[in-house]
Amino acid sequence: MSATHTILNLPDQRTATLPKRTYLNNEDGLLSWLFTGDHKRIAMLYLISITFFFFIGGAFAGLIRLELLTPQPDLVAADTYNKFFSMHGIIMIFLFLVPSVPATLGNFLIPIMVGTKDLAFPKINLLSWYLYWIGGIFTLAALVLGGVDTGWTFTTPLSTHYLNTHVVTAATGVFIIGFSSIFTGLNFIVTIHRMRAPGMTWFRMPLFCWSNYAASILMVLGTPVLAITLVLVALERLVGIGVFDPTKGGDPLLFQHLFWFYSHPAVYIMILPGMGVISEVISTFSRKRVFGYTAVAFSSVAIALFGFFVWAHHMFIMGVSNYSALVFSLLTMLVAVPSAIKIFNWAFTLQKGSITFETPMLYAFGFLGLFTIGGMTGVFLGALGMDIHLTETYFIVAHFHFVMVGGMLMAFLAGIHFWWPKMTGRMYPESLSKLAAVTTFIGFNLTFLPQFILGYLGMPRRYHAYPPEFQVLNVLSTAGATVLGVGYMLPLLYLAWSLKYGAIAGNNPWQATGLEWQIQSPPLTENFIEIPIVDHEAYDYEWLEHKTAHEVTTVG
Amino acid sequence: MHISPVLWQFLVKWLNASALFPREASTIAPYADALYFFLLLITVIGLTLVGILIFGFSIRYRKEKHPVAIQVEGSTLLEATWTIIPLALFLIVFVWGALLYFRIYNPPTNAMNIYIVGKQWMWKAEHPGGQHEINALHVPTGRNVQLTMISQDVFHSFSIPDFRVKREVIPGRYSTVWFNATTPGTYHIFCTQYCGTNHSVMIGEVTALSPDDYQKWTQESTSGMSLAQNGERLFASMGCNACHSGSAAARGPNLAGVYGSKLQLTSGSQVLVNDAYLRDAILNPSQHITAGYAPIMPTYQGQISEDGLIDLVEYIKSMQSNYRVQQTLTTSESNQAAPTTPGVVKP
Repeated sequence: MSATHTILNLPDQRTATLPKRTYLNNEDGLLSWLFTGDHKRIAMLYLISITFFFFIGGAFAGLIRLELLTPQPDLVAADTYNKFFSMHGIIMIFLFLVPSVPATLGNFLIPIMVGTKDLAFPKINLLSWYLYWIGGIFTLAALVLGGVDTGWTFTTPLSTHYLNTHVVTAATGVFIIGFSSIFTGLNFIVTIHRMRAPGMTWFRMPLFCWSNYAASILMVLGTPVLAITLVLVALERLVGIGVFDPTKGGDPLLFQHLFWFYSHPAVYIMILPGMGVISEVISTFSRKRVFGYTAVAFSSVAIALFGFFVWAHHMFIMGVSNYSALVFSLLTMLVAVPSAIKIFNWAFTLQKGSITFETPMLYAFGFLGLFTIGGMTGVFLGALGMDIHLTETYFIVAHFHFVMVGGMLMAFLAGIHFWWPKMTGRMYPESLSKLAAVTTFIGFNLTFLPQFILGYLGMPRRYHAYPPEFQVLNVLSTAGATVLGVGYMLPLLYLAWSLKYGAIAGNNPWQATGLEWQIQSPPLTENFIEIPIVDHEAYDYEWLEHKTAHEVTTVG
Repeated sequence: MHISPVLWQFLVKWLNASALFPREASTIAPYADALYFFLLLITVIGLTLVGILIFGFSIRYRKEKHPVAIQVEGSTLLEATWTIIPLALFLIVFVWGALLYFRIYNPPTNAMNIYIVGKQWMWKAEHPGGQHEINALHVPTGRNVQLTMISQDVFHSFSIPDFRVKREVIPGRYSTVWFNATTPGTYHIFCTQYCGTNHSVMIGEVTALSPDDYQKWTQESTSGMSLAQNGERLFASMGCNACHSGSAAARGPNLAGVYGSKLQLTSGSQVLVNDAYLRDAILNPSQHITAGYAPIMPTYQGQISEDGLIDLVEYIKSMQSNYRVQQTLTTSESNQAAPTTPGVVKP
């Protein structure tokens, strides 16, 4: 066999058995989970938690689409509708999207990928999960006590002076969740800097680590600004300090600057870890190293850096000076370039590969298509003059959902399916999950493509009622949301089913190269029996082939 | 399969009544649409390219056909290609977008001005000639119309999709937008910034009229008092003329002809007197003391509504000589002060 050719065959799963001792059965009882320091158990706790919140947020999305089926405001009252979209946004962004990949897959995989036994601060990791829940309970309390109707943006002076709903409760919730995000980021940064296995240089790390590292920097540096902003909102509301109040010499635009200084980087916090998943999945199912590893790695860091300097593109129509509008538009165009680089690198990873189309790969292909649309429509909004017509309409709703749902959620599902065998030791049912992936893709496009048209027509976002000529497109969108809902319910059901009835996965069902695939599934609590010494680059399929051949002779 | 004729009729009507593309009803609309179609074009090309790559490679290099992967490190040439071409395209979009932005937001000097006050949850339009409208706006076709907008409470956003214009309406700050309507007709006005309970009811209609019809409309719907006249009454009833009397010995600066001039402040800075400056100087006088005068003017924060401020600004704008001020002075001294307009001045 020549050095540049690789043949890999899937191992015979019939002979695979579940290992006797794993992180799942190492200790028993609820308390052993609630007081665990094991990054894998915390990841599972997070997975259950964010799934819970995802379906609450999803229920609100369903109610919104149901109301918008008809132009008349006939399902719920205006205030109720406003609470629906506010809770949808707050839950989906702060309780699902921000922690989605980092807190579940990142928590589970980053220590294993860099070859260590746990994250740098296991107790802080557990604390982060508790903070997540305390914040989540505050958010749920705001919901149960009567809701909050600020929208997820908490815009002043509406949130500070004009609403009598549970703004402070919800803001406290988001404030606390912010710290859970900071702790996760901190843990990743320290772990990646200090705890890599011998031989695991920066440029031997899987791209999943790079993208989570970039997102961690954003979490640690950006989230405090959100915390400060929310404290100011609460103080303004409770004591009336007047920082955002023009009648007291404050400036309401200052709130927008502070809020978007976090919330624009936050979209990169949400998407970057997803990009990491896509790199892993596409490489594995093409049996080929990621095309232009360094370009993809550095484009993550570039996105994180530029991501901090584009926030005012949310404010082009708000009377910012012409010069700052120009600067922020230019920087927005620059931040689009690294994303384009990634897309093409992923596409070229397929070239000369040996491609199979398992479920994670289907989700990844879905990501590529939808993220390309989401990214390009971002350029529409970054173009100053175009933004005037498009901003605050359904165009921006569609753009955001293409990136966050079409991009991030597809990546999350790709990752969950991809690492499910590693996390649980069992396979998901392949044909059913392929059906789910296709259903999601179709449902998603049917839901959100009509919203681009609605946006260009000028239909404003957050409208409870709308002119009748917009109905046809809204009906299509609601129909799509129904399909999408089915697409998301399916994985919940069959993944739960597979916990007991799924086929035994074996250590490396995909013949992937990452360190996580070289250990047993599910892993031991300590991950590795002995800390590996890394002598090969990431995605080195020749190394894997050589190792597998060697194993067969010794194990057999 | 048979569809009942009633249902069929309904569907046909429903589909025919639905919109797919907004009308182009202002001079700006074709410019915005040109950029939109350019952006759509590069999106479709980009998406097609990604699609061809993914499907092409997937078919060509699927495992059945290509069982052995050939490892490739990367290619600097290709990396450069897909860095430079998107960058160049995005820079074209940037320049084009910036030009469009300045076209939409830099009003021509000869535009006629209409004031818009946004409040939860209605739009009030105040024409200088004294026409007041709620959730409606009448404008002539073929003339440049500038809107000077302010919010009385929270952020709103004034959007006319068929004109492709939109601007945030901000509390405590004037913002402007302009357009030139081309086709007579009625078009939606939307509030696009979420502003509380009845956000989706904060809508209205802009009616573009031919110049003749517009002329007719202005005459039929005037309240009889122009904004400047309202401002004049307010100027007297608030006692502004006690200090801003226009005489040489007055305690306040002479306001005649001040609009549009450059003013030297005691803080040493020089400011251009525009609508925003006048409004700020009434509400926060201590921040805006004209050089040579004592800081004795009290604040009028909370005492004048935004409508009242607009009236005052219009009045001060209209003062090109002392004549009107002195006339006002006479009126107030003669014990026949103009009655305050109800609802304009807070007691």
